[in-house]
Amino acid sequence: MSGPSNFKPKSAILQWTERRLPILGLMHSSFVAYPTPRNLNYWWTFGGILSFCLGVQIITGIVLAMHYTPTVAGAFESVEHIMRDVNYGWLIRYVHANGASMFFIAVYIHIFRGLYYGSYKEPREILWILGVIIFLLMMATAFMGYVLPWGQMSFWGATVITNLFSALPGVGPKIVELLWGGYSVDQPTLQRFFSLHYLLPFMIAGVVVLHIWALHEVGQNNPAGIDVKSDKDTVPFTPYATAKDNFAMICFMIFFAWFVFYIPNYLGHADNYIPANPLQTPTHIVPEWYFLPFYAILRAIPSKLGGVMAMFGSIALLAFLPWLDRAKTRSARYRPLFKQFFWVFVIVCIGLGWLGSKPAEGAYVIASRILTAYYFIHFLVILPLLSYYEKPAPVPASIADSVLGNQPLAPARVKGSR
Amino acid sequence: MTLEAFNRGAAIGRILPIFAGFAPRIGATADVQASPFRGVLLEARPLRRDDGKDRNLATTKTMNGEQPTRRDFLYIATGAVGAVGAAAVAWPLVHQMNPDASVQALASTEVDLSPIAEGQIVTVKWRGKPVFISHRTKAEIQAAEATPLRDLPDPQPDSARVQKGKEQWLIVVGVCTHLGCVPLGHQGDYKGWFCPCHGSHYDTSGRIRKGPAPANLVVPSYTFTSDTMVRIG
Ligand code: HEM
Ligand code: FES
Repeated sequence: MSGPSNFKPKSAILQWTERRLPILGLMHSSFVAYPTPRNLNYWWTFGGILSFCLGVQIITGIVLAMHYTPTVAGAFESVEHIMRDVNYGWLIRYVHANGASMFFIAVYIHIFRGLYYGSYKEPREILWILGVIIFLLMMATAFMGYVLPWGQMSFWGATVITNLFSALPGVGPKIVELLWGGYSVDQPTLQRFFSLHYLLPFMIAGVVVLHIWALHEVGQNNPAGIDVKSDKDTVPFTPYATAKDNFAMICFMIFFAWFVFYIPNYLGHADNYIPANPLQTPTHIVPEWYFLPFYAILRAIPSKLGGVMAMFGSIALLAFLPWLDRAKTRSARYRPLFKQFFWVFVIVCIGLGWLGSKPAEGAYVIASRILTAYYFIHFLVILPLLSYYEKPAPVPASIADSVLGNQPLAPARVKGSR
Repeated sequence: MTLEAFNRGAAIGRILPIFAGFAPRIGATADVQASPFRGVLLEARPLRRDDGKDRNLATTKTMNGEQPTRRDFLYIATGAVGAVGAAAVAWPLVHQMNPDASVQALASTEVDLSPIAEGQIVTVKWRGKPVFISHRTKAEIQAAEATPLRDLPDPQPDSARVQKGKEQWLIVVGVCTHLGCVPLGHQGDYKGWFCPCHGSHYDTSGRIRKGPAPANLVVPSYTFTSDTMVRIG
């Protein structure tokens, strides 16, 4: 990782160690001396918050796994046993279950931050794509975790989602059998989901390392969306970013704790406290809130294969974003039109989430179709066109100027700047 | 390169026509000093030889990408064998996920039909899934038989979904062909089944009529072992 570090530990023992494994120097250059743009706002604290969330899920998860039984006959009961008998089991489970939601709240803020400030643009394409991969792994992990308590929603969620693969022409049904290890969601499915649910968070941790490596190679973007030009534009990570990150994290923990202690089941679904019954589907099945926008897209398309493709496509599209939005100006601050479309897009995503929680009938379906179409149009039509036709506002000459309010402006980029 | 090696190259070309292109080109580089590194050094790198002169061996024709050498062939061959080996190891790791012997062994179920009253649908479990056994009324059979095929998204006559002489018994897998929910009996616009998950309507023959499901409810293979006993699977 980059950043100037002439780090030399004081104690002789650490110097001895450092000559053999320069890990303290790496930490120092990455998290102490590392120069961060001086204009970062609180939207930039969510990276740290996300690392915190991953840590929380791994620690609480390992503890849950000490008491959990991955069998069709025992899973539901073992979760109730965690809730009633295990010392502080209720706390650990509620932290884990709500932790998943907190993780997604943080990741959605983090993603929309990137969308607003153009953090996916050159030279951060790989950084962005690694982020999309982390998002996909998170979705897979959360989906499989939700199956483990083996309630009605667990079972039917697993059935519906694995059945998405049956839409693939020809091989689809075979793939579904492969995923299930049988002819329906059953013991082999539960057991392998447990194994993978344990594994994937560690894979996420691995990709996070790559993500941070790429970040420290190209440097952080910032609210002005302009490159760091001199030392005047940056401050050292510690104490500046560390303090800000810590403050934000504590606020986040308060929010998190409010859910855990006061409304631990608010984000969950009551039907998941009914043991799984393979012969009866609940009348209204919905996924966890964080999947709702994608679920709405799935149901908006009246064909099975089409719906599945639109759903996966809506996520895959994100990976291509750096090449769909070619505008040179990064930050929405200096892109008056883009800024408006950004907020429309946010509303569309929230609208899709709301529609995903409604039954798929009548006006809801029509609305889902309109918003789904808009979702794709935003990426495939609006962003490419804006890159050509929008006239960006002049950007400040440097980060220092943008902070200090000096307005010696860089020459405005010409229309269709490419 | 020795003549022997050239001949070997040509022989490979004769045996495996896809490598035919290699043979003459292997020959064409034969004038270049044989060196264990030749062909390895695709990037230009000076190499000292005994005579003390720097020679950039990579400036053979190999560098233009035109002249695959015997060594290139060996790389490709080694890589190919390695890939086959990796696939051979990967297959058991993938196949272990498929239904195992104990799951397959439970693949048939016997059901006594005598307690099922006319107009009643019972659900039995087969391979972990629900199977609907519907004892259809005259009206239901008639409705199913009278439906013109052109009204069906997945056209199939009722006669293809029941056994001859046993038209009162409709046996279908109770799994919605959309995404696998269990539809509810005697409901929906066609009074067959209705799937609450995403709104698919099936008729009294278990055929899809309306909604996102692409196909009719699946008829499993079954045989009547006696007048009142049926074996599914
Ligand atoms: C990316 C990180 C993770 C996410 C997003 C996540 C998500 C989830 C979710 C949503 C549930 C269902 C909670 C419920 O409704 O009861 C769950 C359950 C569970 N998870 Fe995780 N998890 C993560 C990491 C881990 C790890 C690392 C382990 C084990 C080492 C683990 C072990 C468990 C166990 C044993 C359960 C079942 C008990 C229960 O339902 O509370 N999880 N997880
Ligand atoms: S699963 Fe039956 S309509 Fe979707």
